Amino acid sequence: MARSVTPRRKLLYTVAAWSVALLIFFPVLWTILTSFKTEASAVASPPQLFTADWTLENYAEVWNRSDYPRFFWNSVVISVGSTLLGLLIAIPAAWSMAFVPGNKTKDLLMWMLSTKMMPAAAVLIPMYLIFQRTGLFDTRTGLVLALMLMNLPVIVWMLYTYFKEIPGEILEAARMDGASLKNEILYVLTPMAVPGIASTMLLNIILAWNESFWTITLTTVNAAPLSAFIASFSAPQGLFYAKLSAASTMAIAPILILGWFSQKQLVRGLTFGAVK
Amino acid sequence: MATQSSRFAARLMVAPSVFVLFIWMIVPLVMTIWYSFRVYRLLSPERNGWAGVRNYTWFFNSPDFWLAISNTLLLVGGVLAITIILGTLIALLIDQPVWGQGPLRILVISPFFVMPPVAASIWENLFMHPQNGMFASLAQGLGMKPILFLESYPMSSVIFIVSWEWLPFATLILLTALQSMSSEQLEAAEMDGASAVSRFRYIVLPHMTRAITVVVLIQTIFLLGIFGEIFTTTQGGPGSASSTLPYMIYKQAVIAKDIGRAAAGGIIAVILANIVAYFLMRSMGKNLDA
Repeated sequence: MARSVTPRRKLLYTVAAWSVALLIFFPVLWTILTSFKTEASAVASPPQLFTADWTLENYAEVWNRSDYPRFFWNSVVISVGSTLLGLLIAIPAAWSMAFVPGNKTKDLLMWMLSTKMMPAAAVLIPMYLIFQRTGLFDTRTGLVLALMLMNLPVIVWMLYTYFKEIPGEILEAARMDGASLKNEILYVLTPMAVPGIASTMLLNIILAWNESFWTITLTTVNAAPLSAFIASFSAPQGLFYAKLSAASTMAIAPILILGWFSQKQLVRGLTFGAVK
Repeated sequence: MATQSSRFAARLMVAPSVFVLFIWMIVPLVMTIWYSFRVYRLLSPERNGWAGVRNYTWFFNSPDFWLAISNTLLLVGGVLAITIILGTLIALLIDQPVWGQGPLRILVISPFFVMPPVAASIWENLFMHPQNGMFASLAQGLGMKPILFLESYPMSSVIFIVSWEWLPFATLILLTALQSMSSEQLEAAEMDGASAVSRFRYIVLPHMTRAITVVVLIQTIFLLGIFGEIFTTTQGGPGSASSTLPYMIYKQAVIAKDIGRAAAGGIIAVILANIVAYFLMRSMGKNLDA
């Protein structure tokens, strides 16, 4: 509902909006800035926004002290893997819910979403035992499965709201022309659904990347992703602020950059298609 | 439009999702129910057998339990209130004609990309730390004593941190809703002499009901299970001052190593979540048009 206003008011609004936005962003900015400081200037009082003695030493030290590439790769495999697997199972489900709805479809969606309400801590022990016994504990396969199941309701829900916007007449036309169910999905529906699927994929990669309950409790070494990496750097008691900041920056930078670039699609995805 | 066979095919396509979700839900749930009636302590494995409802009564008789319940509800309610009110105000501000709306959005959305342990440790160490945190330096600069955020106001501090994480989500959804409003209606109301407050109350707010519903629903789902932020910052303390139900269960399972009690707590948490879900769906389900 942008309306035309005088340049002076626009300037006023701009200054106000930017101040608020910078305030919200400030903790992230401060972490990034601190990661380039020496430990001494990181805890200097009064705090210094910029220091003369920039250094990359913190990054070098974090890099040498831990196996960052392995944590990073685990994060990539787990978040992308669980999202792709989730899409594979969710696309047919969302398709049929959107185009052949039954009278129980809404209840089914609500039930799916309600499975997410079970607090993870409540089922920690059974999960741990199941993972131990099936050999899934501390494996990437195990986490891919766990995070896929955790986010499946969200994936189904998002795809459903996107698919529902595709006009059904197009499908009818395809059917009249003799397209089989498989071809209908493959050649008619999928191309129209690609933007929705892309948004869903992005949001779920981010959710999986940032998941930090199962990724910490169900791993020890081999499958540990960046959430576990950062947990090993906590409790610095003021001695290693710069190194903590460097490790934090390394943990969030990949997803922060992905998020910034895909911001438009993501906002659409975030609203679960329910807000236009 | 659907024929008998396509209806069957459709059910077939929903089946895998429903099946895996059902297994994912029911197996741990049944195991948890089973353990919740058993004596099962990792520290004294020789003692086992049926516990009856003693694991449950332990929770109901523990003063920490009621504190944990109220903390859980406080956390959910507090974060919802803060993010929706601030989110609405910020969305209204960003929606005004401003220069650089794109970069603005990128700055505002950023906290959403920060994983919970990182967010918690940034706030704990770089900002709230009583000696080296930025807030302490600011307080000293003003000649005041630094506030011991996590010791004196543990629950408020946790709510503050979690609100920071979820503010972008609320703001962006509310902003999206605002931007789909027609400006004619507002201009007409303005010409008819409606004040800014009544324009907001009678035109903008009704338009945003659906967006607010989405924010409440999605955030509640995630907030009921909040764990990492408390684990990283206060460890539920001091004492049990900032323990929530998930954290209390975790403590029983991992620190006290009493699986029976932890399982009973888990079942209570599931029931609580279902009660919340029931009221949520009943009051908001119709807004969602699923």
